[in-house]
This record gives sequence, structure tokens and C-alpha cells, in this order.
Amino acid sequence: MAANCAIVRVEGLARNYTVGPQVVHALVGVSIEIARGDFVAVMGPSGSGKSTFMNLLGCLDSPSGGQYDLDGEDVSRMSRDKLAATRNRKVGFVFQQFNLLPRMSALANVELPLAYARVPRRERHRRAARALDAVGLSDRAHHQPSQLSGGQQQRVAIARALVNDPMLLLADEPTGALDTRTGEEIMELFVALNRRGITVIVVTHELEVAQYARRILRFRDGELIADEEVEGRRLVHGANAAEAPS
Amino acid sequence: MTPLDAIMAALKALRLNMLRSILTALGIIIGVAAVIIMVAIGAGAEARVEMIIRSMGANLMIILPGSSNTAGVRQGRGSRPTISEDDAAAIRSEIPSVHSAAPSIRGQAQFIYGNLNWQTQIFGATRDYLDAREWPVARGRAFTDDEIRTGAKVVLLGKSVVDSLFGEIEPIGQTIRLDRVPFEVTGILQQKGQSPFGFDQDDTAIVPLVTARQRLLGGRWLSGRTVGSIHVKFRNPESMEAGERQLRELMRQRNRLRPNQEDNFQIRNLSQIVESRAETTRVMTILLASVASVSLLVGGIGIMNIMLVSVTERTREIGLRMAIGAESGDIRRQFLIEAVTLSLIGGLIGIGLGIGGSHLVADLAEWPVLIEIDSVLVAFGFAAVVGVFFGFYPAHKASRLDPIEALRYE
Ligand SMILES: Nc1ncnc2c1ncn2[C@@H]1O[C@H](COP(=O)(O)OP(=O)(O)OP(=O)(O)O)[C@@H](O)[C@H]1O
Ligand SMILES: [Mg+2]
Repeated sequence: MAANCAIVRVEGLARNYTVGPQVVHALVGVSIEIARGDFVAVMGPSGSGKSTFMNLLGCLDSPSGGQYDLDGEDVSRMSRDKLAATRNRKVGFVFQQFNLLPRMSALANVELPLAYARVPRRERHRRAARALDAVGLSDRAHHQPSQLSGGQQQRVAIARALVNDPMLLLADEPTGALDTRTGEEIMELFVALNRRGITVIVVTHELEVAQYARRILRFRDGELIADEEVEGRRLVHGANAAEAPS
Repeated sequence: MTPLDAIMAALKALRLNMLRSILTALGIIIGVAAVIIMVAIGAGAEARVEMIIRSMGANLMIILPGSSNTAGVRQGRGSRPTISEDDAAAIRSEIPSVHSAAPSIRGQAQFIYGNLNWQTQIFGATRDYLDAREWPVARGRAFTDDEIRTGAKVVLLGKSVVDSLFGEIEPIGQTIRLDRVPFEVTGILQQKGQSPFGFDQDDTAIVPLVTARQRLLGGRWLSGRTVGSIHVKFRNPESMEAGERQLRELMRQRNRLRPNQEDNFQIRNLSQIVESRAETTRVMTILLASVASVSLLVGGIGIMNIMLVSVTERTREIGLRMAIGAESGDIRRQFLIEAVTLSLIGGLIGIGLGIGGSHLVADLAEWPVLIEIDSVLVAFGFAAVVGVFFGFYPAHKASRLDPIEALRYE
């Protein structure tokens, strides 16, 4: 794919849920392009369809209607297993609840996507260690999630999202479970990663968090109602030298 | 996810719930142990039967006087001698499938050597007897034709008699007294062990038939050519069925029985007795096999149950694994390997328990047991099959979960 072509292209994207006799229109006809290397914040009231949108972008879900091209590939009609492979190779997820596997070391958690990518064991160790290093946690590699603070757990989750060199990093309220200071650190990490060329899309309720992005998408009732540039983008002070894995 | 990763993940998951895993595997443990113990008992019994056949002589039938169904009622078994040396000769010459027919008589005698004495049974027999019963002379020599014809005072001793009379002394060539008559010991019979009916077959001695008749047993054996039994050895097992018919026919003819008269002799087919025992063992084995399969079935259901619980408990984990790229097959394999690992661990414990249990049965019940490597492998294989079969549904269920719903699961 040409480097300047949009990494995400959605056209009339829709997602309906049928609950009993009722049809919920979680997303109605969303069309948008997101350029490679962009940093996008997604905002909107609760129930406006942000998570639904993110799940579709992340190939966790298939749309009820419309078209979605990820990296120039039509993913809207892919089989389950093709979607899984696409998630593995192209997308990194960061969740509000971290979703680390308990009783597994940070390193083992980070290695997991590589195991599904059938990367040999030694190589896995090497790359996972490097990803942990990139989020500043090499000294916690053998800690279990329960032995880490929330911010550290989220960093491990970010390392896991990064380890297989995704082109798209999706974070659904990554700072929602963290205090303001820790949330800022996480956002600064995203900024650093974005500078290395990864496209980042973050869902958030807080404008301060959204202001780390270049662009804000606003949703309401399943519709994309605004798409605006961020003015006065937040300065990254710490910029703690996140080394994105190459 | 390589199979090794999956196995390590499975072991880890099982270790986290150690007690639960072991309780779940209990059905498999018991089932596998039962398979091994039952096969060990069956094989042990069969081996013993086999050994008994060997000790009695293979392809053997015994003709005894008296009718079988009226024995002890009208006539008393053996009370009216109806078989003779001539019958033996006729059987030998007229039935081609007969290898040898050995007439013999039996009685008690007092053995005296030095100042020791010993009371036991003796047989008056020919060389054919040793052949029919597959009872070679271990040391020394058997009787010569001359000795048999003339009724020489020679004797072959069983191992137990030798042990109790001679101790360390070399018995061959020694003279011992049987009921005060001096006999020369010409040979020692090979050790045979217990008979199928539990007595010591080595506590015996054999003298030539004529000698027994004239010098030792006397009485009703003294006159004529009647004998107590004829051992008939056939050339091969296949000829025995037809051979038994021919024997009966010949004996009826020689006794001039009319068609409506019943036999005044009986034919014992040792192979049949042994066969029926083997049949009993087989029935027993089938019975135990059903117990084992029920255990394995219950064990399998236990595994299915616990795997379903595990899938539910780990729904979020499954969702996360899917989100980071696990395909349906990866998830299915993970849970399938976990189920099989669980059942194989149960299988291993069951094998240990089965082998231990077999030895316990051998020691406590004094049953012969024989642990066969085949049964161990089969039992282990069964455990694996149970794991795959009952693990499949939960694993499949896990693999079909929707990633988003699974991730959201509380
Ligand atoms: N599995 C589902 N079944 C039925 N309806 C659903 C399902 N998932 C989401 N919805 C509905 O779709 C709409 C959008 O939900 P979504 O989770 O995308 O909202 P959101 O913008 O992420 O909200 P929040 O900010 O609270 O996370 C909601 O009305 C919700 O009830
Ligand atoms: Mg949401």
C-alpha cells in the first residue's frame, strides 16, 4: 500500500443489534478516512456508539452494513479466522480494564500475540523484552499483573499491543481506570509511539485526554457528528523516550 | 501457539486448580486402574491355567471306569473295573489320531529309606504314561522294556518324595523299601508342582505296571488286566473332538453296550475343563471391563463438566486471546489439550495405582497377577480418547465465543 493512502476508510458503516423484537442502531452510516500516522480521539456521550465503532475498526466485529477497508484491504466480509489473523498482524488493542492474564508474568503476557503469530520462542522473548523496555518496564518483566500498579499494568498492556508491530493502535478509554497523573503518562506514551509512525485512535470522555490527539471525532446516537482538528495540542513534557520496536 | 505452548499453558491452568483437577481426574484414575488390575488378574489366571495344562500334559483325555452320572449312587465310581490294558492297546491301534494310551493303576505305599519313612501314592504304569503326561525323567533313567515286561523292582521318585527321604544323599541307584519290598531307584521325575485340584503332584512314585499289580497294590488289581485309568494323548488339539467320539464308540463296542445302555466308563477331557475355566476368566474380564468403562465414562463426563466450568470462568481470557489474534482453532486446541492433559495425568496416576493395586491383589489375595504392557498402553490410550471425546464439546464451545461478548463477560 502506498504510504499516503488512508489506513482506515469506512463508508456508510452501520451496526445493528437485535434485542428481542427491538433493533438497536448502535452505529448508523459512518463514513470517514483516517490517514496513516494520525492520532485520533473519539468522544461522545455514553451509548453513542464509540466502542461499537472501535470494535469494528479493530476487526473484533463485523458491520451490519457499509464498507471498511483497513490498510487497503476490505475487511467487512472477512471470515472469523481471517479477522483473527488481521487483528494479530495489524491491530493492537488497549482496554480500559487492561485485560492482562493473571498469574502470568508481564513478559509472558506481552509474548502472547507473538505465540499466535507463530513466532519462535527465542524471538518471542527478545521482542517481548524490547516492547517492555519501550514502555519503561524492563525491570518488571517477571512480575505478575497483581504485583503491578494500574499504570504499570496498562503499560504492560500497551507493550502487548505493540509487540507484533501493528500499524493501528486502538485504545478504548485507556485512562478510564487510572488517576489523572498516571493517565497523562499513558497518553504521553501514546504520543511517543505515534511519533514512531503508529496510527493511534483513543476513545475518551475527557477533553484533556483528547487534546493529546491531532483530531477529534464526536459521536452521538450512533452518528459521527463532528470531525475537528485539535487546536492547542497538548505539549508532551516528560516525553520519556519511548523506544518503539522497529 | 505451538502444541508445546498449549501443553505448558494447560499444565499451568491445571496446576492453578490442583485439587479440582485431581478430583476431576478421579474417574479416569479409577477407570484406568481398574482396566490394569482386571487385565492383570485375567492374564494371571490364564497363565496359571496354561501352566496347569502344561503340568497335566497337553491334548490329554483320561478314561475312568464307572458311569459319570450314576457315580457313587448305583455303582460307586470305579467299583466295578471296566477298563483294561487291552482297551489301551486297542485305542492305540484303532484310533489313528491317538499318540499314546497309557494304562495305570494307583494305590498307597509305605516308603522306607534308612530310618525315614513316608506314606504316599504310587502309580503302576508304563513308559507311555510318562509320555502322555509329559513328565520326563529329570535325572537317571526311565524303565527299560525288560523291566516293564518282567515286573522289575525299579522305581521313579517324585521330587517331594526325594526331598523327604533322601535330603542331601544321591538317590539314584539306592535301594528303598516300598511296603517292605526292596526297589532300586532308577530316576527322579521332573518337578510338576500343584495339580489343578490343588495337590502336590511331585509327592508320588512310579513303578512298572506289572510290578505294582503283583508286588504292591495286589487286591483287586492282582488278577486280570483291569486298570484304574487310561491316559490318552492325542497328536494335536484339532483331533480331540473327533477323537473323543471315536474313543467313546470304541469303548462302548468293547464293553458290548447296547444303544440304550449308558456308558460304564467316563472320558475326562482336561482341555475342556481348562477351557471352561478360561471361559470363566473371560466372563470375569468382561464384567470388570464394563466396570472400567463405566468409570471411564463417568470420568469423561467429569472432565466435560469441569472443562465447561473452566470455559465459563475464563470467558474473558478467551475473549482477550481472540482479540490479540487467536483463531478458533487455537482456542479449541488449547482447551482440547487441557482436557487431554487432564485425562492423561489421570491415566498416569491410574497406571501407578493399577500396578500397585495388582501387586496388592497378588500379595493379599494370593492371586496370580500378570501386568501386561499392552493393557497399560491400552488403558492410557483410553484415557486419551476419553479426554479428546469429552473435551471436544467444551473446547468447541470456547472456540465459537464472540470475542466482544467474551471480553465484556463479568
Ligand atoms: N451486544 C449488544 N447488544 C445490544 N445492544 C448493544 C450491544 N452492544 C452495544 N449495544 C448498544 O449499542 C449502543 C452503543 O454502545 P457502545 O458500547 O458503542 O456505546 P459507547 O459509546 O461505547 O458508550 P460508553 O461511553 O458508555 O462506553 C448502546 O445503545 C448499547 O446499548
Ligand atoms: Mg464504550
